[in-house]
Amino acid sequence: MDAILFLIFAAIAVACAINLVVQKHPITSALSLVGVMGALAVIYLLLGAEFIAAAQMIVYAGAIMVLFVFVIMLLNAGEEKKPARPSWFAKLLGIPLTIAVLGLLSFFVQHGSPQSSVTFGEYTGTAKDVGRALFTTYLLPFEITSVLILVAILGAVVLARKEMD
Amino acid sequence: MNFFLITLIKTGIIAAVLMTTLAYLQWVERKVIAHIQLRVGPYRVGPHGLLQPLADVIKLMTKEDLVPEHVNKFFYIVAPILSVALALTSISVIPFGPEIEVFGVKTFMQLTDLNIGVLVLLAISSVSVYGVALAGWASNNKYALLGALRASAQMISYELPLALAIASPLLMFNSLSLREIVDAQAGYSFGFIARWAVFQGPFPQVISFVIFMIAAFAETNRIPFDLPEAENELVAGFHTEYSSMKFAAFFMAEYANMVTICSLATLLFLGGWHPPFPVEFGSGYIPSALFALAGAVALYHSLHPARPKDRFTLPVFAAVFFAIALAMAAPVLSPILVPLFWFASKVGFLLFLFIWVRGTLPRFRYDQLMRFAWAFLFPVSIVHLFATALAVALFTK
Repeated sequence: MDAILFLIFAAIAVACAINLVVQKHPITSALSLVGVMGALAVIYLLLGAEFIAAAQMIVYAGAIMVLFVFVIMLLNAGEEKKPARPSWFAKLLGIPLTIAVLGLLSFFVQHGSPQSSVTFGEYTGTAKDVGRALFTTYLLPFEITSVLILVAILGAVVLARKEMD
Repeated sequence: MNFFLITLIKTGIIAAVLMTTLAYLQWVERKVIAHIQLRVGPYRVGPHGLLQPLADVIKLMTKEDLVPEHVNKFFYIVAPILSVALALTSISVIPFGPEIEVFGVKTFMQLTDLNIGVLVLLAISSVSVYGVALAGWASNNKYALLGALRASAQMISYELPLALAIASPLLMFNSLSLREIVDAQAGYSFGFIARWAVFQGPFPQVISFVIFMIAAFAETNRIPFDLPEAENELVAGFHTEYSSMKFAAFFMAEYANMVTICSLATLLFLGGWHPPFPVEFGSGYIPSALFALAGAVALYHSLHPARPKDRFTLPVFAAVFFAIALAMAAPVLSPILVPLFWFASKVGFLLFLFIWVRGTLPRFRYDQLMRFAWAFLFPVSIVHLFATALAVALFTK
């Protein structure tokens, strides 16, 4: 049952990811990304990480992507124009690099440790465990990340502020 | 196999009840608004317009389903489906009552008891913005697009105070499962004050309840925050280009969201299905007494009919009310029906509040709406969350 569900949602995630790159229209691409996020959330759920799955939906699919779609709609961005000729540089580097990445991925997937559920040491994916991990073991990285986000917000406010003169 | 059978039966019951509720909620809304404005409301189809929802459904289903030429077909069709599907999904995690026993089978009055129920509801509500946003964008119409932009900006903004208001009772009850949250509100302090979140120590959640309700009005796009469909500026907002069942889908989604959010408020703040005062003081007899009283009133009015028809219709209503009163008092049915009565009456009161506010308040201006969310509601809810956290840290062991 789990394997079948995993295959279905993994296939959806990959299909949405490919669609994201192939599509010309920014809204379609953004919504494909939402599809990827949703499929990933289901996969987290299959791994027993309920809290991460819900957070994935709330934060990525619900907040960040809504903002993306909002901005695309606000700017009324049209279809992307194809460049006059594709650059030879991209072709030359792209194909070998793709093969290298796929090869590395399959190597690590094969040699990685097979696990039935997500664990970080003694922590599993439930809300209680994630909270405990964030506020004990990983307290410093957590706080530093929040300060980093605060700095980014302040930077955006400073950049966007109109000069009053 | 037993599990699948029980789930199937429960799904059938919940779907049927929810659909009927949605249809009749609209009838109740029209009646209440009408009486606020000294009109009678729907009156022609059936006694007191009771068959009006059925007539509306038939009208909406048989109308021509028009897809305008200039729309983005795929997203135009997906948007209402997405809206209504997400709105109806969220009812599946809501518990309506305690564990019950029917024909020897023990089951919860709930479809699925998730231990992250609150988060699932938040996730669904945050994703449901897409239905509205896509509808407006795919319609390729400036009014629809403006309505969709307003809706998404408003829903993102009000989601923050909503989530922070939810966080305070979660801190007190230390759980994300809706069933455990309701269980934590059982019992009475000093023997008679219900331990609902709005009354429970160490920090009664009255302020977060008010914040939650204000944000709920904005999340469901209801007056006074219904700017996405402000008809004097935007025709009908994001669903301007929709007709027939696609329009009905948005309509249904709005009402389903109202039911969900009122149920969530009941579960988090008003003690779910727990009665407002203890059984020792006779709270178990209140439902029967209320319905018997309603039956008596209907019977009295049938003796002094305002219209000739009432001599026949009102006794029928009286009989129905008396039958419900008997069922509430019957020892077999009362453990099921009495909790359900308390849950439904709390949700019903909150839904009435939505309609009442719609009949009373004017619409906000858009800048007022945004300033209210960011400059008032958001800071207040953060301060309240800190205060709750402090109280919980100091006074619970």
